[in-house]
Amino acid sequence: MSTGAVGARTDPALLAHLYRRAGFGATREQLDRLGVQDYEDTVEFLLNPTPEAGVPDDILARYMGGEAPHAYTATWLFRMINSECQLQEKMALFWHHVFATGLAKNEHVLAASDQIELFRRNGLRDMRTILLDLSHDPAMIFWLDNNENHLGEPNENYGRELLELFSLGVGNYSEIDIKNAARAFTGWTFGQPPPLYPHGYYPADFRFDPADHDEGEKTFLGSTGNLDGVDIIDIIVEQPACAAFISRHLYNFFVADEPQVPTWNDLPPQDPELVGAMSEAFLDSGGEIRDVLRVMFNSDSFKNARFKKVKSPVELVVGVLKAVGEHDDFRFGLAKYAESTTVLMGQKLLDPPTVEGWHTGKEWIDGGNLTERVNFAVGEIGDGSSPGIRRIVDRLVEGDSLSTPESFVDGTLEAIGPIEVEDVTRAALVKFAVDSEGDDDRSRVVRMLRLTVSTPEYQFA
Amino acid sequence: MTKNGTTNGNGKASVLVVVQMTGGNDFMNTLVPYTSGLYYDSRQTVRITEDRVLSINDKLGFHPAAAPLKEMFDEGDVAIVQGIGYENSNRSHFRAMDIMHTAEPNAISTEGWLAKAITQLDPDGKNVLTGVSFGRGLPRAMAAPGVRVTSVSDIDSYGLMTSVDIKEQRAEELDIFKRFYTPAIGSGATMSYLQQTGDDVLSGIDRLQTVPGRYESTVEYADNPIAKSLRDVARTHIAGLGTRIFYVQHAGYDHHAIEMPAHEKLLDELSGALRDFMADLREHDAAEEVVVYAFTEFGRRVQDNGSGTDHGSGGGAFIVGERVDGGLYAEYPSLDPKTFANGEDLAHTFDFRGVYATLLEQWLSVDSVDIVHGKYEQLQPFKVTQG
Repeated sequence: MSTGAVGARTDPALLAHLYRRAGFGATREQLDRLGVQDYEDTVEFLLNPTPEAGVPDDILARYMGGEAPHAYTATWLFRMINSECQLQEKMALFWHHVFATGLAKNEHVLAASDQIELFRRNGLRDMRTILLDLSHDPAMIFWLDNNENHLGEPNENYGRELLELFSLGVGNYSEIDIKNAARAFTGWTFGQPPPLYPHGYYPADFRFDPADHDEGEKTFLGSTGNLDGVDIIDIIVEQPACAAFISRHLYNFFVADEPQVPTWNDLPPQDPELVGAMSEAFLDSGGEIRDVLRVMFNSDSFKNARFKKVKSPVELVVGVLKAVGEHDDFRFGLAKYAESTTVLMGQKLLDPPTVEGWHTGKEWIDGGNLTERVNFAVGEIGDGSSPGIRRIVDRLVEGDSLSTPESFVDGTLEAIGPIEVEDVTRAALVKFAVDSEGDDDRSRVVRMLRLTVSTPEYQFA
Repeated sequence: MTKNGTTNGNGKASVLVVVQMTGGNDFMNTLVPYTSGLYYDSRQTVRITEDRVLSINDKLGFHPAAAPLKEMFDEGDVAIVQGIGYENSNRSHFRAMDIMHTAEPNAISTEGWLAKAITQLDPDGKNVLTGVSFGRGLPRAMAAPGVRVTSVSDIDSYGLMTSVDIKEQRAEELDIFKRFYTPAIGSGATMSYLQQTGDDVLSGIDRLQTVPGRYESTVEYADNPIAKSLRDVARTHIAGLGTRIFYVQHAGYDHHAIEMPAHEKLLDELSGALRDFMADLREHDAAEEVVVYAFTEFGRRVQDNGSGTDHGSGGGAFIVGERVDGGLYAEYPSLDPKTFANGEDLAHTFDFRGVYATLLEQWLSVDSVDIVHGKYEQLQPFKVTQG
């Protein structure tokens, strides 16, 4: 398999793969544009987002602002579809998966959306900054009850999840470490509490209450002293277990589906070599996520891991919307995809089911979800009148793809992906190409596209 | 009692319809302790006054909007389980609902209690319609690894590629779809799971699509989501597709604010839908084998907040059906503040896992120990089988 430049151009299938993983997919036109530079340069472009390449906040606020959760999730979908800084948006989603904070408890939309903004801003930075900002985040503090974590009455909820789910993983700390981590975070609370009712639209801000902070001696992972939350995070990010845990999370999210997180202490990674190289980059760089991702995206394991991950509902929906091209500009109607479409498929942005986050991989699929996925994708492709689908149809009809059933199938898979399919799938598509010979060209192509997005392969990134 | 449920007496396999009242139903305002001073002291705004209560004894009465449910209660078809819950009731909707779905308050579980019942009812997974959920998404109660169930959002438009208007095109494309989702040797584990799932969807669709055409009824349901869902259950049950467990959801019970009109509307919708559902089944001689279990994730705070009520504990549940020995079960939670959980919530009097065990063992005739993770005290809410 070619993994680098083909002639002077980078293999479009590899770029499509990179954009499905590091972003939410790319149109054929984007792939053609990106093809003129080296793969590694494209990776660097994704790793280094600039404000100019993002979507301007003020324009989003003007066209799509509002205080309801769907107003925010609609703007997020818009960024996923249109931001050139695709990896920045993908990392915001990654941290949303790992630091899963549920709106169902918080019921404070502004705090929830501020947390996502934090992930967008910090997502590619160093782990110390990321965990420090997370520990100061009002939505997180309320979600895991750190505002109920008091001097003399420690509440272990945040301390426990920080170690178990956010940084080290089960097996890499003791119950005593949890208790002492909790003590170190006493007094870390917020000012404007998210009131249940009326819904609070005022920002909540971090407050430190020295009178409620435990100044006593604590031992945490072998270090002893009057440790506070900052010390705890400093100790965590130096642990090889943190490097390994975060690297595995990144691998699971970007490269290939791993078993569910609670099993990680018992089951080794499927690709110990790559996860090891990523951990090394983490430790060498002082936890720079950008450095870890660079190693990952440039590895052969990544380049060869095509169609090894089940798309999350958000990935599937945004990928289809990108292809359809109806939301390349501001218009109403995006909210429904975040509030209804992905929810029916099992993923509600801002509201993961538990602090464990969503169960991923094949757990995204059941009969109902699969029906929703297929019906959604087929419905969006529809009659082919949307601008993105028109461009694909033009490309196929005007090229020589339709000359034989096989070239018709290959051309379609190329134009909407490129995507790779199993033999049975290809045979079924060829059957359609044969059966539909003689029909109107444009209608045939639209129907072939509808079938292509209904395949099991299309469920994979 | 024979294996897998013929306790209903008419020889047909027993069917359980689970109604989820999502959001935390205010049990105190559903079955009102209308002679309690504490109730009126605590509920200055969100209260049902004595003159409006539909009393069933000298202490308790139904919310007036639940009149149809009260009628069914008077006819002896409703068992009310009072004070249902578990230790350290969780006030988070999701966690609390998850606990109800998995019967596991102490750990995160991915195995739904009904999905596990389905593996006993249909051990070889022969019928993808053994468990059918109507409405948005598949509830975790119905999901477990390897368990095949069917999730339907709208039975009248149920199907794949429903947006393809031209009938011949749709049929042709579905034929191609079937080829995609034929489990193939040599596919990876996840790919074969996907292919199997698509195949299941297709085989369920073929039979479910016959449902609307096979149904006629003089019963006119109201126009609201729960009535529509229960009508779908009735139609599917009457069609005789072998479904043993149905799941429907009635959302909106999270009344932190403006509870009085909103709660009234929901109780009116639900109890009316239940009455029509039972009447529909009777019209088709299909009632005796059906039992409905309506539950919620938690009760609400004793003290109102001036407009609504916040999350609490000590909820209640309803078991409805012709084979039900109607009446009051378990005890109404104590209204003595000294007994309150967290100093402000009704303390439960009966463990929800005991209710599940009751339904599983006595109605569906499946073993409950694995499902509810132990042995719990059961109720005796069913009439003894005659003959």
